[in-house]
Amino acid sequence: MLRYVLKRAAYMIVTLFIIISITFFISKLLPGTPFADEKLTPQLREVLFEKYGLDEPLYVQYARYMLNVAQGDLGNSFYFEGTPVTQMILQRLPVSAFLGVQAVILGLVLGLGLGIIAALKHNTWWDTLAVVVAVIGIAVPTFVLGPILQYIFAVQLGWFPVAFFESWWHSVLPTLALSVFVISTVARFVRTEMLEVLGQDYVTLAKAKGLSGLAVILRHVLRNAMIPLVTVLAPLTIYLITGSLVVEKIFVIPGIGEMFVSSIQVNDYSMILGTTIFFSVLFIIALLIQDILYGIIDPRIRVAGGKE
Amino acid sequence: METERKDLTPDLFGAVEIDEREGERIAGPPVGFWKDSWRRLKKNRGALISLGVITLLFLMAFILGPLLSQYGPYAQDLSRRFQGPSAEFWFGTDDFGRDLWSRVWAGTRVSLYIAFLAAAIDLLVGVPYGAISGYLGGRIDDIMQRIIEVLVGIPGLIVAILAMTVFSPGIITLSIAVAFTGWVYMARIVRGRMLQLKEQEFALASRSLGAKGFYLIRKHLIPNSLGPIIVNMMFTIPTAIFYEAFLSFIGLGIQVPRASLGSLIDSAAAEIRFHPYLLVFPSIIFVLLMVCFNLLADGLRDAFDPKMRK
Repeated sequence: MLRYVLKRAAYMIVTLFIIISITFFISKLLPGTPFADEKLTPQLREVLFEKYGLDEPLYVQYARYMLNVAQGDLGNSFYFEGTPVTQMILQRLPVSAFLGVQAVILGLVLGLGLGIIAALKHNTWWDTLAVVVAVIGIAVPTFVLGPILQYIFAVQLGWFPVAFFESWWHSVLPTLALSVFVISTVARFVRTEMLEVLGQDYVTLAKAKGLSGLAVILRHVLRNAMIPLVTVLAPLTIYLITGSLVVEKIFVIPGIGEMFVSSIQVNDYSMILGTTIFFSVLFIIALLIQDILYGIIDPRIRVAGGKE
Repeated sequence: METERKDLTPDLFGAVEIDEREGERIAGPPVGFWKDSWRRLKKNRGALISLGVITLLFLMAFILGPLLSQYGPYAQDLSRRFQGPSAEFWFGTDDFGRDLWSRVWAGTRVSLYIAFLAAAIDLLVGVPYGAISGYLGGRIDDIMQRIIEVLVGIPGLIVAILAMTVFSPGIITLSIAVAFTGWVYMARIVRGRMLQLKEQEFALASRSLGAKGFYLIRKHLIPNSLGPIIVNMMFTIPTAIFYEAFLSFIGLGIQVPRASLGSLIDSAAAEIRFHPYLLVFPSIIFVLLMVCFNLLADGLRDAFDPKMRK
């Protein structure tokens, strides 16, 4: 098991290393430097170059960049001069995290409920409802759903604020927009798994030996059906990252996603690349956790050498 | 009721000739893989309707859409800003007085181009990569799989951002982002099939008749994997369409004045309070595309491999 975890971790580090290296060389390729200001005299520019180590050979700069990133220093923003990217990310992280966690909890609760009911009442209108919700969740993306929610519940009905982030009421619509995808993914997954487990012999056995319906479902069906839910962990992380970009943009929420989108609009490259690294780390950690959980849950994967 | 009883005498009975070859006679025309799949697909109403809608959207985007409007997608006229849907402008006009009808179909063309590109990359890169990796096995397979494992760890969004910082945002950046990681899942699926198929008897037979690697892959192994290949390709398409719209929505994709469904939805979201029709039309087309491609992919999966049905 330890070998498996180490192997997975090694891949992740290689992947991260490649991503960060690419970002470094791209940042070197970019047109314009932070010191392209024409008011700077050549002497002053030289001083600045020396101060930031830009006069040194590329490999020294590369090594320092790698060391800095390893220590969590993602450089300074071009646009907000001198503000460290890391600091800006940390400042905005709580809002994004709050929204993401709230959406995942809501999505898990509703998704699990819907999936379980749909499987137990297979081929009834509950089942149809689950399938319809699943299709909507896939086909109607956040950037369509967000404005629609805004229009119906904020503009027309006036139940919730249209945008901004000042109180918990402001977080209701964004959370809803974010969680629809989670609901549909989880519901579809749980439904399929439950249906499969319900047909297994050990469920029949459990019923035959006289366990009550509830006990069978809680102790035998749910437990086994939950296991594959691990597979949605990595896609969910990606989704929350991309979803936060969209939702925070639509609802003007001061989170990382909104910061990222606006730094694209003002060409703040150091911010873009820094946030890119942050997102990559997030995703790769999620992938690693998912792989490790896989290994713990399903020993067959370990035996197969962790392929697939 | 009285019936006349006849005496049953042995001479009333005769031996029935059984032609042994009769059992081998084929009663109907043979049903091949494609015909069988098509028959199953025809039973799936959702998939058939989706196929029809996709064909219709194709026609609208490339032929009928531009033909039915005398205004181009980029023609601005500030005197006709924000006109609601009317007989002249079927979908209304936007903040620069551009005809939304033309812009929506221009955006649909971008989506369909991306769909085509993603499918092509799947076929041209994913299939050969997976086939070579799976067929050769051993050391080469190991190296090729390690490369894939690293690629899987790089989210598509990151690729798009990095591509954008080097090239300017636009169709090239989008294409790179789609092409870079889109083929990975196809390669994995094809490799799995190769590992399964290359040990089977028909492959052995072909090999013992002198078939060499490339010929064997092309003539036997890939044709036998066509079902999964097509199904996977069909699932790649809506993912790619969504991805393009998403990138355009956050400003990394198609740039104004060019139109994409994503960027149209983006600018419409800002005007939602007063001009909701701007959001309605691109959203409907986009959702139609997504639903139809997903349903068609589901239908094809069931048609090609009924065992996979869930």
